[in-house]
Amino acid sequence: MTDAFVPLLVAVPLLGAVLAVAAGLVSERGPPAITAAVLVVQTALAGWLGSQALLHGELSNGVGGFVAPYGIELVVDGLSAVVVALVAVVSLAVLGYAVRDDPGGTAFYTEYLLLVTGLSGMSVTGDVFNLYVFLEISGLATYALVASAGTGRSAVSALKYLLFGTVAASLYLLGVGYALVATGTLNMADLAVELANVGYDSPLVLASFGFVVVGLATKTALFPLHTWQPDAYNDSPDSVSALISALVSTVAAYALLRIVYTVYTPAFFDAVSVARDAIVVFACLSIVVGSVLAVAQSEVKRMLAYSSVSQYGLVVVGLAIGTRAALFGAIVHLVGHAIMKGGLFVAAGTIDDLTGATTVEEYAGLADRFPVLGGASAALMLAMVGVPPAVGFAGKWYIALGAVRAGTWPVAIVIFASTLLTLAYFAILVERMFVAPASASVRAATDGGAESERLGGPAAPPRSLLALVVGAAVVAVVLGFAVTGLETALEPTLDTLLSP
Amino acid sequence: MIDLIATKHTYLVVVALLAIGAYVMIESDNFVKKIIGLNLFQTGIFVFFISAAFLTDGASPVVQSGGGGGPFVSPLPHVLILTAIVVGVSLTAVALGLVVRIYESYGTINEDTLEEVLAND
Repeated sequence: MTDAFVPLLVAVPLLGAVLAVAAGLVSERGPPAITAAVLVVQTALAGWLGSQALLHGELSNGVGGFVAPYGIELVVDGLSAVVVALVAVVSLAVLGYAVRDDPGGTAFYTEYLLLVTGLSGMSVTGDVFNLYVFLEISGLATYALVASAGTGRSAVSALKYLLFGTVAASLYLLGVGYALVATGTLNMADLAVELANVGYDSPLVLASFGFVVVGLATKTALFPLHTWQPDAYNDSPDSVSALISALVSTVAAYALLRIVYTVYTPAFFDAVSVARDAIVVFACLSIVVGSVLAVAQSEVKRMLAYSSVSQYGLVVVGLAIGTRAALFGAIVHLVGHAIMKGGLFVAAGTIDDLTGATTVEEYAGLADRFPVLGGASAALMLAMVGVPPAVGFAGKWYIALGAVRAGTWPVAIVIFASTLLTLAYFAILVERMFVAPASASVRAATDGGAESERLGGPAAPPRSLLALVVGAAVVAVVLGFAVTGLETALEPTLDTLLSP
Repeated sequence: MIDLIATKHTYLVVVALLAIGAYVMIESDNFVKKIIGLNLFQTGIFVFFISAAFLTDGASPVVQSGGGGGPFVSPLPHVLILTAIVVGVSLTAVALGLVVRIYESYGTINEDTLEEVLAND
């Protein structure tokens, strides 16, 4: 019975996007109100369907009454339940920032809801071509959102992102084409059976795997396919940076995980071990190079962007190693990274609004003037480094544990080294914020002369944004404690994913 | 070789379109030409799907009430490509919209010139 509600996860935000346009014709305050209402409904729906899927097993629905494998099937299993709930919650939370930042009226909110549509669709679809369509919907919405800053620079970054993103999606489509030629089907579950019948050493199957992985790795921004990502994160409006850094690459990484485990299955990795080794090598490179580039950045938003390159490397290492612990670690880190990175981008945007500080140097002395904001940001950074008990630690711990159990010692060493590298760039920032004397821009913002002291003291960060950043920090810590519970809940899903 | 050209020439077109598209996208410093390259690249993929669906003497998959009438051509790749063409058109529209914005801001659609302008900013 609940299966029939699964398509609503895509239909609700899509309908909301249209309603937002209609509301924009009536009143300027219409679109944000509609967007908020739609995202509340979406969050409730995702929470309800997600909990049903976790408690009672997978939900699936053949859209329009066409039976799988001929029609498009939407599936919510434990993994997609987690991702679709993450998308709903994070987009609702970031909306609280976007309404203050408000870069572009009606069009902005429509794009926002279309992005949620695309990402939710990618999370629940059980059809590889449908995944391509949702990949492009979320891509188109993201390009428009990046350009909504209205500056020439943001248009350049959006175009660069568009060229990379479209080639990536096209390569994915080519991979789907090879799989279709080999098997004649597009349904993920059906493909798993048919691909095994064709034989994993068939050139068609190998080529399709290669194209699909390269396409999705570009969308995930793994080194050396990440070059679109720092510009896109840096030049978009602050609220959009927070949203896309938290969700877009996360869902692309989820899609990679889904394709590798549901379509090609672990048996493919066992048959073609060179594919697994290649992904592990790429991901390890991504971890190291991403961190090194992050250390070299002077602008905070760019540093956070390069940090994502390294963190997604960790996630992909986890999914490529493919032991139970490593796979679970990859899922935990995917969710944890989304919350921590989203929170950090909101913090960076708030600090920019308050003081105009955008570089590491300008962050000097910040924690003295804004203790709560500085403290929460530092907590998020340390969580990202992997200080227990935060979720960043749990994710890395499970991935490392999986690597050790699989006997891939070099990978385990890279993961431990990555913790030090992450510390290297966040430690500079924390040191600036807490120890160094205040920078000119921080001083200017806080003691604008005796005049402003009398008029109500130094500028304070808005309460709602403080709540977002502190909330992200709290969730990052609480999730760290909830990980064992999540492991129990995901047990059946992990069993299905790992069954050959 | 002759055999390959005689029977699989559409696949050679695919390879040519993909290669030319990728080359134009990388090599040209004009944004509009880059977008044309992107379109060529995508068209290569469309031709790939359509070639794969080709069946000698295949009939369109309309089954008469009595049944029979095969062999039929699979309609699936055609439908997929119809969707992909629509996606491609929307992408081209957004890309050209961005190019217009870039031109309004910087007065150029040349990548190298733009980089000089941005470096002087």
